[in-house]
Amino acid sequence: MAANPTPGTTTAARAEPAQLETRDMLLNIGPAHPAMHGIIRIVAKLDGEQIRSAEVEIGYLHRGFEKMAEVVDYNGVIPYTDRLNYVSPLINNMGYCMAVEKLLGITVPERCHYVRVILSEISRVTDHLTCVGATAMELGAFTVFLYMIKAREFLWELVEKVTGARMTVTYCRVGGVKADLPDGFQEPCRKAFQETRKVIAEAQGLLQRNRIFTDRMNGTGVISAEDAVSYGITGPFLRACGADYDVRKDCPYAVYDRLPFDVPVGTRGDNMDRFLVRMEEMEQSMRIVEAALREIPPGPVLVNPGTGRPIPAAEMVDLAKMGKISAITGGCAVACPTLEGSGRDRHPSIATDEKRVFLPPKEDGYGNIEGLMQQFKLVMHGHGVRPPKGEVYFPVEGANGELGFYVVSDGSGSAYRVRVRPPCFAIMSALHMLLSKDMIADMVPTFGSVNMIGGELDR
Amino acid sequence: MNTSSLIESVKVRFPAAVSAFHAWRGDATVVVRREFLLEVARHLKEDPALKMNYLMDLTAVDYSTFGKKPAPALFSSSGVAVKPAAQIPDEDPWPGPPSSSRFAVVYHFYSTAHKHRLRLLVPVEETAAQLDSLTALWPGADWLERETWDMFGIAFRGHPNLKRILMYEGFEGHPLRKDYPVNRRQPLIGPVN
Amino acid sequence: MQKEPSFLTSRLNEAIGWARKFSIFQYPFVTACCGMEYMATACSHYDVDRFGAGFPRFSPRQADVLFVVGTISHKMAPVLKRIYDQMAEPKWVVAFGVCTCTGGFYDNYATVMGIDTIMPVDVYIPGCPPRPEMVLDGLMKLQDKIQDQHATGRRPAPEARPEILES
Repeated sequence: MAANPTPGTTTAARAEPAQLETRDMLLNIGPAHPAMHGIIRIVAKLDGEQIRSAEVEIGYLHRGFEKMAEVVDYNGVIPYTDRLNYVSPLINNMGYCMAVEKLLGITVPERCHYVRVILSEISRVTDHLTCVGATAMELGAFTVFLYMIKAREFLWELVEKVTGARMTVTYCRVGGVKADLPDGFQEPCRKAFQETRKVIAEAQGLLQRNRIFTDRMNGTGVISAEDAVSYGITGPFLRACGADYDVRKDCPYAVYDRLPFDVPVGTRGDNMDRFLVRMEEMEQSMRIVEAALREIPPGPVLVNPGTGRPIPAAEMVDLAKMGKISAITGGCAVACPTLEGSGRDRHPSIATDEKRVFLPPKEDGYGNIEGLMQQFKLVMHGHGVRPPKGEVYFPVEGANGELGFYVVSDGSGSAYRVRVRPPCFAIMSALHMLLSKDMIADMVPTFGSVNMIGGELDR
Repeated sequence: MNTSSLIESVKVRFPAAVSAFHAWRGDATVVVRREFLLEVARHLKEDPALKMNYLMDLTAVDYSTFGKKPAPALFSSSGVAVKPAAQIPDEDPWPGPPSSSRFAVVYHFYSTAHKHRLRLLVPVEETAAQLDSLTALWPGADWLERETWDMFGIAFRGHPNLKRILMYEGFEGHPLRKDYPVNRRQPLIGPVN
Repeated sequence: MQKEPSFLTSRLNEAIGWARKFSIFQYPFVTACCGMEYMATACSHYDVDRFGAGFPRFSPRQADVLFVVGTISHKMAPVLKRIYDQMAEPKWVVAFGVCTCTGGFYDNYATVMGIDTIMPVDVYIPGCPPRPEMVLDGLMKLQDKIQDQHATGRRPAPEARPEILES
């Protein structure tokens, strides 16, 4: 790149570039990066500011997910799946559970599908908030980061109302979910989305016409759609290049085929398009949740037909021990807060009715011998969920792209092989190509827009 | 293309290569002999009726302890497999591991044009754990094959840079093999604990 | 041998301890999921800046508290040790999250079963991930330790790790 000569100097005064001795500089970036991204090592060969080649080294967060999945039983893998893409844990939970359900050949109730979809989309919004916030922070816009984390807190409080945990939720089970949506979920959800939309509008106002932001993001990290497909890239990264592939639309699962939403597709495949695609996807995800909350089939509510009121759980246990079964037959217990939403009244709407897969509601587990046997058969050592021998592959749309679970079962209580197809692995394998076109300062927005999540990349 | 015509088209084009096939739970699966891998993969990518532009996933399975888990169940009725629900197609039962070889390398392909998927299984012997690399057709196979080498010890001929990707250079052994104990640590610094 | 502290020197020690504990320059060595809760603690809702610890320094030379946030694998352990060695005294280490305390539930070939096998740890914050309130509680305990350390001049010796039984 020839520099423009400053006025007043003659060209003869500059040395010819060919006579200057140049050497490429090797710069090691990482693996201890500033905060959010940690654990990646990029060895860049620089010619001045220009990156000639970049070698990406991963594996610093390899935690042996696939080996642990062979050791624990099928439901025990779910906490490990939370920690794969830890900013959108519910999508991973859902993907794994749906893969095992396909292996088993069972279906879950329709309300359960809607609940899973609602929580997956909320997770997707938190993932995009984190990605865009972190990218903006690394470019210097710290305010945008604080605003987005604030919005994420509201969404995490919402998730906590349903699942009991903010981040690593372990909410889905093979054959259903842990508990139903709490009564009156619509109102906090509406409020949280209102706050989130405000934050997104503020961030757009701060960033989209900001000269510094647009100059750094426009035209950097460009990849063509053919290159992206050949590397196996999916998700917002691919859609920003112009290729329209979204697992929710092309291979629909759960109830996505009934919900109205659009898939934003970019044109240029640079960082700015990826930013815009993610911002729009957040809005579309909120639209999906609102449509799902309108269309969700209502859950059944049961009360004790004799008294018209629910029975406290302790009282139910006492009555059962004394043998007064008739007093509690058909009644529903008021369980402790951690079991809220998973009582007998909610059970048909959140769990498959296949008894060999899902735990019984607590009222049945304490109250009658069939429930006790079901509980025993699923929990005690040596028993448990036993899918038939076979192999399945189930893809869901993760926040970064197609998240696929390949599960092989040999008929025993724990999986024989669980393979996660990580979406950001494909993107990271193309990173060396993306970086070698730009300058060293462009590495920051490009790497930020990759949304590398270490737990998913290295598993 | 539905699963049966997909399998048919591969079988008809490569009758010598296909040793088994099934569509268990609706996933079209073809078992291919290792010598034919590159040809079959090229056909899958370039044939206009198939047009598998995506190599979605590349991994391996170690079948050495398949079905050999000790059965601690006390009752004969426990451990009974669940019957499939009506909506899930169950045309043919799962035939079991693809062959008697220890490993099988599993490829998942997808076509955005025709929206169909195919799984390819290539049995690999333990003594000759080598396959052709697909990096010439799909550059994304680069890192996926490195991971398979790292975790299973299956080498890929023609790979530009076959070295460990998730584990570190001093690590001995291939962790996802069934004979590697789950908590055998090989620390670089610090005690073995 | 430490001479008997007089009124002025003990007041001075307390003042220095007070100043040190409210101006923590942390090095957040973030690897995994706990990083998300670290971000939540550092941001507006649970604001760690009101404790004076809101300024992360991404250079070990400029930091005094090393927050090890997230699972440390055996591949990462030499890097972590090097960062710890590069920090200047006085320095403290906070093990944030159960993966750094004891290895968490990743009892396998890849994970370090607790960073106290490779470096002395001052405060352990368990949780997977710990709630921001727990993090702030741990930070306050660290502050007590910092205050006490300067006032007495003694750094409490790290407890000996019990021998790991061969299984």
